[in-house]
Amino acid sequence: MALAVDGLEVRYGGVRAVRGVDITVGDGEVVALLGANGAGKSSTLLAIAGAIRPFAGRVRLDGRDVTGTTPERMVRAGVAMVPETRDVFPDLTVEENLRLGAYVRRRDRAGVEADRAAMFALFPRLAERADQTAGTLSGGEQQMLVIARAMMSRPRLLLLDEPSLGLAPTIVEQIFAMIAELAATGLSILLVEQNVSKALAVASRAYVMRLGRIAAAGPARELAAAADLEDHYLGG
Amino acid sequence: MTAAIQFVIDVLSLGGAYALMALGLVIVYGILRLVNFAYGELVMAAGYTLYLVGGSPLPWLVMAALAVAAAVLTGIATDYLAFRPVRTKSVTAVLITSFAFSTLLQNAAQLLISPRPRSIPLPEVFSDTVTVLGVVTPARNLITIAAAAVLLALFTLAMRRTILGIAMRAAATHFTMARMLGVPANLVITTAFAISGLLAGTVALLWLGRIGTVVPRVGLEPLLIAFIATVIGGMRSLEGAVLGGFLLAFIDTSLNYTLPQDLLKFRDAFTFSLVILILLWRPAGLVRGPATGQRT
Ligand SMILES: Nc1ncnc2c1ncn2[C@@H]1O[C@H](COP(=O)(O)OP(=O)(O)O)[C@@H](O)[C@H]1O
Ligand SMILES: [Mg+2]
Repeated sequence: MALAVDGLEVRYGGVRAVRGVDITVGDGEVVALLGANGAGKSSTLLAIAGAIRPFAGRVRLDGRDVTGTTPERMVRAGVAMVPETRDVFPDLTVEENLRLGAYVRRRDRAGVEADRAAMFALFPRLAERADQTAGTLSGGEQQMLVIARAMMSRPRLLLLDEPSLGLAPTIVEQIFAMIAELAATGLSILLVEQNVSKALAVASRAYVMRLGRIAAAGPARELAAAADLEDHYLGG
Repeated sequence: MTAAIQFVIDVLSLGGAYALMALGLVIVYGILRLVNFAYGELVMAAGYTLYLVGGSPLPWLVMAALAVAAAVLTGIATDYLAFRPVRTKSVTAVLITSFAFSTLLQNAAQLLISPRPRSIPLPEVFSDTVTVLGVVTPARNLITIAAAAVLLALFTLAMRRTILGIAMRAAATHFTMARMLGVPANLVITTAFAISGLLAGTVALLWLGRIGTVVPRVGLEPLLIAFIATVIGGMRSLEGAVLGGFLLAFIDTSLNYTLPQDLLKFRDAFTFSLVILILLWRPAGLVRGPATGQRT
């Protein structure tokens, strides 16, 4: 699915978190959104997902204006969001978390069942823990769960906010392998990351945000080659 | 032995009623993090509906169903009129509107019906007594226990097995995340108010059945009981509300059995002292809810 964001602004009271951001994600494309802490990446993603109302700007899906809509409508429009806070439902089982992920297509029982089996095949750790409450999972398992849960709505665009945050290196490897697998299915992904090299390896294009604005944009390979990327944009 | 059986029946029947009252309050609180101060008026709405249909030739069970339906509709109306317009604005605004809605309904009952008690129709069986294991007890007590058991079981089943129930449990911990999975905010909230009305309406039948009359301020005591029970049990947890209801009933009944006659009129003071002790020991209530969650 094609996403087009024009002149997006997000404010929290007087704080101007996002100050006019343009982003596009093409059909089946993986795009990375990089930047230091506080650059406004999460705010951008939340505004796209409908979780916060933009102060200004437009969000379009396949040309259709969806600016300022509700999060539940965005899911029905085919956009799934995995926030950096992860937000598993801790007292629901893994199984129930997944079932809820399929809320918008709950009547398609056979399809939901097939997807759940597919997710369990993709994340065997989750299959082992299907009846455990999500609060008992490790950080890495919770990250797998929220990605699997988001996939249960059969999105066409996945918004991923720092999926590798705070995870052990081996788990980070697994998560990025997963992202590559999902991308190979033709899913569009907008990936926010601080792990620049890994994000650029999986993405075809990237944007770098700084102080609420896009400071650089281009093909992932070119940005990866710019040796000063880390110092210039991500350090401060 | 018979005294013990009597005690158990009393605790279970009072506790069943208290637990349903508490559950009706906490189902809304859990999702909105707001106390619905118009909760007692759901009991009142059921009571006056019973009074209004009282003269009709309808069978009592039909009247009871109408009364419960009125409580459900009043619950939904509370959402639409008092909560939804100001929900996203400020906590203070919602507290004020829910107080205002409560006062409005009470005044309406006073003006349109009467400030004085009105009698409600009750089925014969409510005034019968039965003998259980050698103990003579009002049939109403056993009906209360059975009704509470059935409703609690149905409620648990609905919350665990249906997708809407799972969505409601999810919304009680991370409301926005539930919405980002496609769960409609308004559906979850309206359903919570409807369930609240269902529980309050059912409790009203049993509660008002003890006295046989309804007055405009009849909802105050159920609201207070529900509030205390949820505070003891933990405002964040459905199980806690039920536990709190039974514990409060246990305290009340124990005091009833043990306090000398001349101290009995101070029973509530003793109850509240015990509640304070429980809260000093466990400030967040007996059952802690999930660790996270934000207001919606
Ligand atoms: N809920 C909020 N209230 C107030 N300020 C916020 C809130 N969320 C984020 N901010 C501020 O907005 C700016 C951008 O934050 P964020 O979008 O989280 O950036 P990033 O995800 O790139 O770290 C920061 O200065 C942050 O402090
Ligand atoms: Mg962030």
